[in-house]
Amino acid sequence: MPYKVLVVDDSKLARMVMASAFRRIRPEWSLVETTNADEALAAVSTVDIALIDFNMPGTDGLELVARIRQSHPGMPVAVVSANIQDEIVGRARELNAGFIPKPLTDEALAAFLSGAMLRLKKAAP
Amino acid sequence: MTDDTDQLTDIEQDALAEIANMGVSRAAHSLRQMVGKEVLLSVPAVKIVTRQAASKLVERNNAKKLVAVMQSFDGPFAGRALLIFPESQSLELVRSIVGDEHSLEDVIDLEHEALAETGNIILNGCLATIANVLHRTMRMSLPSIIRGDGAKLFEVGETNSGGQFVLFLYIDFSIKKRNVHGFIALLMDLPSIAALKDIVNDFINGIEKQPSSHVG
Repeated sequence: MPYKVLVVDDSKLARMVMASAFRRIRPEWSLVETTNADEALAAVSTVDIALIDFNMPGTDGLELVARIRQSHPGMPVAVVSANIQDEIVGRARELNAGFIPKPLTDEALAAFLSGAMLRLKKAAP
Repeated sequence: MTDDTDQLTDIEQDALAEIANMGVSRAAHSLRQMVGKEVLLSVPAVKIVTRQAASKLVERNNAKKLVAVMQSFDGPFAGRALLIFPESQSLELVRSIVGDEHSLEDVIDLEHEALAETGNIILNGCLATIANVLHRTMRMSLPSIIRGDGAKLFEVGETNSGGQFVLFLYIDFSIKKRNVHGFIALLMDLPSIAALKDIVNDFINGIEKQPSSHVG
């Protein structure tokens, strides 16, 4: 079943890299691209999965995950960042979010998406 | 200037900021391992400015007395990478690396070596990530320590280069729970900007042309 994925990143390049990876590994899924937390929060109810950059102007990715968790506690969410410091990865985990390192690889994205798909299937009525 | 190297398109600017962000974020991980505290980073800024303007930007919010670890790099594009902070914080940075149990005398003795090694790890980590992302190889010089104001760091006074345009890319960093904040800056001159633009555009075009063989 094709899913709808929210991509939140202020960098157009990063969104292009993400879209390119999806074309290779999940070409039938659709992406909703947003550039900041406000746009993401407006769109999050229309998607199944969210992939969120950490270092963004204004609200950062972890704050955004925390806000998404208030309304969508079970949504598969991952923070996507080159900032692989223990604190960032640890905070993502505390928020029940995955962590995908940048530079993005198809393998890391595919692994997260496989897990996300299982969670969504389990949760489906 | 005779060509369009004084301008970066929106996507070139975006790409450079994102690639630099990856480099610095990876480097911040190395610094975090060294100091045992989280390293906070700003969103990167990319500008084409004169050397003089770049030197003023690093003095912004800072004392004029700065200390920098500098490494030159060359390859398909060349420039210098600098780890910069106010001189008054240099000992605090060293202390956060070697530990609080050392005496002030020890910390002063270690300062030069610790700064050079810190700069080496951070700047190499940053540039290696950038080179890997762009699929290019870069050579790095050994680190040197420079003390002075922004003009001294960026050689504004030398060979009348103050008015020269450079690509200036910088990110603020600070160490949580320590009074240490600084900049990581990359500086490239015109021929390098032109070369870098070509490489970044190859990279951008490469993403758009990625095979999408699974698309029916």
